[in-house]
Amino acid sequence: MRQLIIQRARILYDIRAFFYQRDVLEVETPALSQAGNTDPFIDSFQVEAEGGTRYLHTSPEYPMKRLLAAGSGDIYQVCKVWRASEVGSRHNPEFTMLEWYRLGFTYHQLMKEVEALLQSILTSAHENSRFVSYRELFLEVLGFDPHIANNSELQSSMAQQQLDVMGELDHTAMLDVLMTHCIEPTFAKDRLTFVYDYPAEQKALAILSDDESPVAQRFEVYWGAVELGNGYQEQTDADMNASILQSDSNKREAKGMTNIPIDERFIAALRQGLPMCSGVAIGLDRLLMCQLNKKNLQEVISFPWTMA
Amino acid sequence: MATYNTNGFKSGLKIILNGDPYNIVENEFVKPGKGQAFNRVKIRNLKTGKVIDKTWKSGESVEAADVVEKDLQYLYTDGEFWHFMDAETYEQVGADANAVSENKYWLKDGDTCMVTLWNEVPILVTPANFVELTITQTDPGLKGDTAQGGTKPATTETGAVIKVPLFIEEGEVLKIDTRTGEYVSRAKTS
Repeated sequence: MRQLIIQRARILYDIRAFFYQRDVLEVETPALSQAGNTDPFIDSFQVEAEGGTRYLHTSPEYPMKRLLAAGSGDIYQVCKVWRASEVGSRHNPEFTMLEWYRLGFTYHQLMKEVEALLQSILTSAHENSRFVSYRELFLEVLGFDPHIANNSELQSSMAQQQLDVMGELDHTAMLDVLMTHCIEPTFAKDRLTFVYDYPAEQKALAILSDDESPVAQRFEVYWGAVELGNGYQEQTDADMNASILQSDSNKREAKGMTNIPIDERFIAALRQGLPMCSGVAIGLDRLLMCQLNKKNLQEVISFPWTMA
Repeated sequence: MATYNTNGFKSGLKIILNGDPYNIVENEFVKPGKGQAFNRVKIRNLKTGKVIDKTWKSGESVEAADVVEKDLQYLYTDGEFWHFMDAETYEQVGADANAVSENKYWLKDGDTCMVTLWNEVPILVTPANFVELTITQTDPGLKGDTAQGGTKPATTETGAVIKVPLFIEEGEVLKIDTRTGEYVSRAKTS
């Protein structure tokens, strides 16, 4: 127990030292907002407050981008975030996130910075991390190009892998299940793996490349098969952001999910002008779990969900 | 029809899949940072005991199985059914040959077994890990041969043929491990 809290404090200290040296400013933003995350795969907790419903943030992305638009410069934040109904050996509905934004950085530059930070904490990591595109991975492990495969090709790949999934899966969900069940387990255990250039339909708030067949300029970083973080070449165009949030909101409605108000203050800030930047979010509890070589996230949280 | 949502999955939950009842052995929630969540589940078929891997898209519903496990007292068999009684309510149920399967050799009148009932019909009979049975037939024992490792076949009062040490005599009561069908020791006589 004491070893655990010392190690957690140590990681927080190391993170602050890392960003202090790089002149990145620590900031705070509200945990309870009037608008929330419209991502159809994320559930927010709602709190009834005077003046209406508030939403516990699922990441500090929107208000941090409001700070960037207001001229904050490079910023980072360490905060608790909440995602309802995500419980398991890799998930706790309340968890600690490190999120940071770098002005003028491409997502490839940001990957190198993420690598530097993670290698300073995961000292057993091999010095050569692997950087591989989503497309290369699928070609290597499953033998097809994920950006051009149609549904029946994905179905036959799942059958070949003896993946028997209950429930109807769309194109993206089939790619997700192949990724989590077949590809992630192949990642080298002793090093960081960076996967980049995701299918366009998984772009979230990332920029699409202007190739003939565009990919989302996004990355995910793994330690072994454990996903630690998600980074983006941030979409700076206000209208593009607004249309993504609206289409997410429509998907929620189509799935019969709770309606979450779109963050209009975030969109308004983008109209002021978000500088070209890259941003990334890292799950600190998972990082601690990896550092201490534990199998279960609950082992590194002093009072996990069922004990809180 | 009662159902469970995958959000409520946990070990011990009983569900129906392709017409068979299953017990959830292990449930793992998996979700990529952006995208669809899944439940990776190990389930045990309550009729066959076989454990299989299965994945559900999170949020799906699954039919709940009305399965209960009860400690019941074994009474007798009429050749077609093996009859059990609830010692508290005196209610009786009959388990067929599929439900008792090879475990019929470990059923002794009066012993308590765990009976798995699906929609109140027995589908599985699990005897205690150890039972004590009388040997009804075996070749004569070799006096003084308690140290040798040899074995011989012996038939129990329930009809099971097991391997016993050479010194065991007809009429002796032996402790047997029902999971392996192996001789453990002579029963302690009180």
